[in-house]
Amino acid sequence: MSEHSTHEATHETHEHEQEHEHEHHIVSPTIYVIVAASLLTLTATTVAASYVEMYVFNVVVALAIAVVKAVLVVLFFMHAKYSTKLTKLTIISGIFLLFGLIGMTLTDYMTRAWGQW
Amino acid sequence: MSDSPVIAHGRLETASDEHPSYQRHHFESVEQQADTTNFAMWLFLLTEVMFFGGLFTAYLILRNWYYPAFVEGSHQLNIFWGTANTSVLITSSFTMAMGVWCAETRRKNALVLCLVLTFVLGLVFLGIKGIEYHEKWVKHHVPGLNYSAESFLNPASDHEVYAEYHDKPLMPDMAAKTELYFFLYFAMTGMHALHMIIGIGILAFMIFRARAGAYTNGHVTFVENFGLYWHFVDIIWIFLFPLLYLISRHQ
Repeated sequence: MSEHSTHEATHETHEHEQEHEHEHHIVSPTIYVIVAASLLTLTATTVAASYVEMYVFNVVVALAIAVVKAVLVVLFFMHAKYSTKLTKLTIISGIFLLFGLIGMTLTDYMTRAWGQW
Repeated sequence: MSDSPVIAHGRLETASDEHPSYQRHHFESVEQQADTTNFAMWLFLLTEVMFFGGLFTAYLILRNWYYPAFVEGSHQLNIFWGTANTSVLITSSFTMAMGVWCAETRRKNALVLCLVLTFVLGLVFLGIKGIEYHEKWVKHHVPGLNYSAESFLNPASDHEVYAEYHDKPLMPDMAAKTELYFFLYFAMTGMHALHMIIGIGILAFMIFRARAGAYTNGHVTFVENFGLYWHFVDIIWIFLFPLLYLISRHQ
């Protein structure tokens, strides 16, 4: 009787954990090696690309590569891919807020004194 | 009384529930404690994003306003050292990530090694930054303290840079704006370097603690959250490097 109820209690606890908590995920060294190698390759790529005349696309390519690198770092080195929904939402809202603030600052500058400095 | 079951949030608990010594009693479980700390760390990093975001916005607007000055100012930066430092920092992020793995899998000696490598690579980064700052000082490109716009009024006087870029002389009012480029260069890389210095200090503390067996007893929160900080500092540099060094090579 007492053994049975203990078993049930453990079972309930386990279900509860699945619902509200999230198990610690260990990212394997293989992934870290792949990500680090990709980051170093992308660094070489962005430096090489800067030596090619691409007009406005020099900035576009450099920033695109930087964004890819940052996403790799956030997802794997910073474990965002394996984190809770709360953490994922925090990261996304942070990026949204950053672009919101930059965007609003730019609307102010561009509608007031642009071209008059 | 102490052995009587207590129902808390639908979960059967007894006062004698066993939990690791590092679990604070206001948390239901170690997992909940880890998730909460992780959330808090990300919130702190968001404040850092906002802080650096202001600097990036200033750079975006001023580079558009004083484009020729920012382009010629950027030509003074050494792409070799910039690339080397980017590689050093990425490698240090890798060793830090491996440190977190060592803590999670309870490998004490490997953890100490990873932390020491991260510490050393951090110092190498600062050393290279020091070489670059020194060059700026020698060439009178330190705004406010030791500044001369001579390299931009008369680019041919700066043989090495002139050989590579053949920059045209700037008008005096535009040449004066190069000081603004270097102001932002020092503000952004300086703030980044300050974060590195703080990180290196914490790393020294962690090496000391890891040698005593901390972090490899199952309680990895501190190493993991420091890892988040270190990777965040890496991300800032991932954007600083192309913006300051690379995008102005062609006019």
